[in-house]
Amino acid sequence: MIELKNVHKHFGQLHVLKGITSTVDQGEVVVIIGPSGSGKSTLLRCINYLEEPTKGEIIIDGIKLNHSATNINRVRQEVGMVFQSFNLFPHMTVMDNITLAPKKVRGLAPSKAEDIAQELLAKVGLSDKAEAYPRQLSGGQQQRVAIARALAVQPKVMLFDEPTSALDPEMIGEVLDVMKNLAEDGMTMVVVSHEMGFAREVGTRVLFMDEGKIVEEGKPEEVFFNPKNERTQAFLGKIL
Amino acid sequence: MELSDWLVIPEILPLMLSGLKVTVVITFFSVLTGLVIGTIVGLARLSDNRFLCGLTTAYVEIIRGTPLMVQLFLIYYALPEIGIHLPPMIAGWVAYSINSGAYVSEVVRGGIQSIDSGQMEAARSLGMSWWQGMRYVVLPQAFRNIMPPLGNEFIMLLKDSSLMAVIAVPEVMRYANLMVGRKGGYALPIYVTAGLLYLALTLPLSLVVRRAERGLAKGD
Ligand SMILES: Nc1ncnc2c1ncn2[C@@H]1O[C@H](COP(=O)(O)OP(=O)(O)OP(=O)(O)O)[C@@H](O)[C@H]1O
Ligand SMILES: [Mg+2]
Repeated sequence: MIELKNVHKHFGQLHVLKGITSTVDQGEVVVIIGPSGSGKSTLLRCINYLEEPTKGEIIIDGIKLNHSATNINRVRQEVGMVFQSFNLFPHMTVMDNITLAPKKVRGLAPSKAEDIAQELLAKVGLSDKAEAYPRQLSGGQQQRVAIARALAVQPKVMLFDEPTSALDPEMIGEVLDVMKNLAEDGMTMVVVSHEMGFAREVGTRVLFMDEGKIVEEGKPEEVFFNPKNERTQAFLGKIL
Repeated sequence: MELSDWLVIPEILPLMLSGLKVTVVITFFSVLTGLVIGTIVGLARLSDNRFLCGLTTAYVEIIRGTPLMVQLFLIYYALPEIGIHLPPMIAGWVAYSINSGAYVSEVVRGGIQSIDSGQMEAARSLGMSWWQGMRYVVLPQAFRNIMPPLGNEFIMLLKDSSLMAVIAVPEVMRYANLMVGRKGGYALPIYVTAGLLYLALTLPLSLVVRRAERGLAKGD
């Protein structure tokens, strides 16, 4: 579903991704962990081309990413993204947040888009919030709306960049539950998160990144409880 | 100067009011065109295209670095020398639109930059094009922020439109000058009247702007 071949990313002199090669199969839930600044966000952003890799190849669902706009907009419809800071559109209701892209990008009729939105809102447990504005919602609710919004374009892959790290502790569970359901429905997911419980329950694989490289990867149990690499050990020692 | 001099006011008021109408109309249309130019230029200055960015930056710097009077004279008195003749009202409108476009573009640019970059990223990640993201997500939010500075621009332009008197646009100052000439005096009551007429427009406007600013600060 996602194929990364020797992906490099530079910001000026800064070499952030140093040759990432990996494959994510359909239905996999890959959890990426690693210290701050190791390039986790940059990798996700490269996967849906919010950043352009300086070298290497990314293939999504058989489509090779390149610079042409049609290609990028098309691929982005297949790859949903959920951000740490939600990034809901504050001037629109929850309903409009969710239906905007289906209407403008997929060309759906408003009534059809609204039906889909209602279904998704039910799925994330917010059926009664369709007419609310983002600022009227708690952080956890906003993030669930953001997930519904990303799903509304019917992507084949969902990327999550620390989806719960801006949330109060009591709201983390509700967002993780939505993500678990999504995983159980068979969605292919790449999740940057240090939520071990989530990784162990639904993660098929954990990648440990450090200084722009994948240093270790394996089943969640192996990486968390029996890490081979000493940098992984040191990092886990700090967060556990 | 006698107290009875002030009795000239009722006499001149009808003409002055018709001048005020011209002032308002020409200012309104100048700000409107200025807003269109300013939005396009503001967006161009934020684009990655070096040429567009350079061209529009030059435009803004040139306009902001030269007196409005010079711009007005260039369009009204100099253009005819290359065969372009514009009537006073149109010349005024063109000059003020070009002038206001430069100032408004700075306002628009600031408004867009004040919107968190995560908004555009979210739009792009949903498959929207850059322009769709601008149009549906960034600009609507930016325009809320730029309403107050835009109101200030309108007030500035309203006052500056008095310059058009020198190219014979029949606005407030033009009539005030005419009256003073025709009556051979009465400068005090006539120019005070002109000033009060401007004030009658700018004062309520700045109140509205102030209130809008306070509303934005409260974040609702
Ligand atoms: N747009 C950018 N311009 C310049 N440098 C950047 C940019 N984006 C990221 N970086 C740098 O790239 C490096 C990796 O950043 P990235 O956000 O990918 O790390 P991360 O692993 O997600 O860290 P965190 O856990 O703090 O989110 C950092 O040193 C960061 O400063
Ligand atoms: Mg990050």
